[in-house]
Amino acid sequence: MNHWIIAPVVLPALLAPFIVLAARYHIGIQRVLSLAGVIALVAIAAGLAWQTSDGAIVLYRLGDWAAPYGIVLVGDRLSTLMVLLTAVLALFVLLYAIGSGWDDRGRHFHALFQFQVMGIMGAFLTGDLFNLFVFFEVLLIASYGLMIHAGGSARLRAGVQYVLYNLIGSTLFLFALGAIYAETGTLNMADLAQRVAMISDVETVGIRVAAVLLLLVFAIKAALVPLHFWLPSSYAEAPAPVAALFAIMTKVGAYAIIRVYTLIFPPDLKIMAGLHDFWLLPAALVSLAIGMIGVLAAKKLDRLIAFAVIGSMGMVMVAISLFTPAAIAAALYYIIHSTLAGAALFLISDLVRTGRANLDLTPQAPVAGAALTAGLFFTVAIAMAGLPPLSGFLGKLLILQAAFPSDLMVWIWAIVLGSSLISILGFARAGSTLFWKSQGVTVPEDTPPPPRPAALSYVAVGGLIALLVAHTVFAGQVHSYTSAIAAQLFAPQDYSTIVLETPGKLSIPQEDY
Amino acid sequence: MELLVASAIGFLTAGGIYLVLRLRTFPVILGISLLTYAVNVFLFSSGRLTIGSAPVLRDGVTDYADPLPQALVLTAIVISFGMTAVVVMIGLGAFLGSDDDHVDDQNETPNNQAEDTA
Repeated sequence: MNHWIIAPVVLPALLAPFIVLAARYHIGIQRVLSLAGVIALVAIAAGLAWQTSDGAIVLYRLGDWAAPYGIVLVGDRLSTLMVLLTAVLALFVLLYAIGSGWDDRGRHFHALFQFQVMGIMGAFLTGDLFNLFVFFEVLLIASYGLMIHAGGSARLRAGVQYVLYNLIGSTLFLFALGAIYAETGTLNMADLAQRVAMISDVETVGIRVAAVLLLLVFAIKAALVPLHFWLPSSYAEAPAPVAALFAIMTKVGAYAIIRVYTLIFPPDLKIMAGLHDFWLLPAALVSLAIGMIGVLAAKKLDRLIAFAVIGSMGMVMVAISLFTPAAIAAALYYIIHSTLAGAALFLISDLVRTGRANLDLTPQAPVAGAALTAGLFFTVAIAMAGLPPLSGFLGKLLILQAAFPSDLMVWIWAIVLGSSLISILGFARAGSTLFWKSQGVTVPEDTPPPPRPAALSYVAVGGLIALLVAHTVFAGQVHSYTSAIAAQLFAPQDYSTIVLETPGKLSIPQEDY
Repeated sequence: MELLVASAIGFLTAGGIYLVLRLRTFPVILGISLLTYAVNVFLFSSGRLTIGSAPVLRDGVTDYADPLPQALVLTAIVISFGMTAVVVMIGLGAFLGSDDDHVDDQNETPNNQAEDTA
């Protein structure tokens, strides 16, 4: 059995307490340890992604207990891709946090950061629903700490809302798990897939309730309207590097929906009729519209970005709710794009904030390095709004193309294109107010020049933008890979076979059947 | 017994949801505690209700209680207990910081007022 697949969980899990215990008073040592850990994670994640890129499914049985009795970690193309995306994002966010000094404005940033990464990695790798709940809690507990990092009463208030909302979400998750266990007697995803398919058509009430409850939980995580209310305040009030790392957290919800609703509750299952096209798709379209209208309506840059995140999650969910291989491939392409672009935007908002008293969208004295910051904002805004030539445009084209056979094609095209226009207006207004109109503001002679962001901050933002450009240039390769992921997701027999029929302790010998 | 357990879960959930919808932090935290009690009992009963049966294999025993929900409940209790402690601390911090324990965004107004008067 190959042990590398558990490394993305174990490495941060060991590093975080070590940072707390051994290096709590030395920010320099913390930085080195944390950075070394994340670089190692990128290497490990790249290795795992390479290992599974040929369609292999890597199984890891904890304690060697056979599924469904033991907990398993499963790495397939989708989960290793998400693990790699998380590791790369974490690297750049960490560079920014170090460069901007955010990690020194409160205590235990690096330990919480590592725990957060551990929870996200575990959520992507686990093959057990209850274990997914546990990893959700790990990433949430760490995110509570990160969210209120550096304190301040506005941040604490937003933190209370964030924690309360997520506690309710966790409770809902437990109700869903209880209902699923009561109906099927298992929580292993592959085993569930087989048992759900065996439920007779006349006794579907319980499992349908469970499926919808689970969808609600993941929709809370993915900030789908009308369950998005936790997102704007918490993302806007969180420290910018933390908000940038949170860009992957909404994707955890999207990942869970893709995983559970292709494997356990596949769209052709009779009990799923109407859930995706009648409920999920309209909700996703409304999220997209509300997110982009929020971009236009926002009065502060950080809120604007938070609404852009909601809008881009709406776009992802539109594609996911179509539930065809082409749509899932497009959704995965867009997930990568939206994670990188959302994170870059939050980091840029902090570059702006460094030289200003607040992030209100009003003309104020120009920030230090305004030309460079404005250029970065312009680039990422183009990507986020989905204008050519960057990857947002390509992702949107793929989603529009995947929506072509849908019954609601007219609605999808109208809302996707209309909301793009609105978001372009919103970003153009914000950018011109922040950077152009500030040129006309006269500064009194004796004011000290605003502080410049550190060079390392620019490196982090530049790195994310370079990844966005690479995501655009190699779009063909990336899209053929996401298509391969979608093909693997829509043929879950391999997954079930490997998880359930690899022998381990407590396996039923074959002749007993 | 089924009626008793089911109605207990129902009452706890109803009370929890009512309290969660309140405006101030303290009732909301109480509501979340009630909801977690409800979900713990619910998880417990998801392995079917039995009285006095063993959860581990033993010679000469035919009736077993499902041991898995007990492990799930244990995990859920630990997590929800820790989470409640965290939210109490953050809520206290927010209350002491702004002298206001409303859950909703009422403090947005200074910003808007500044614009209204401008």
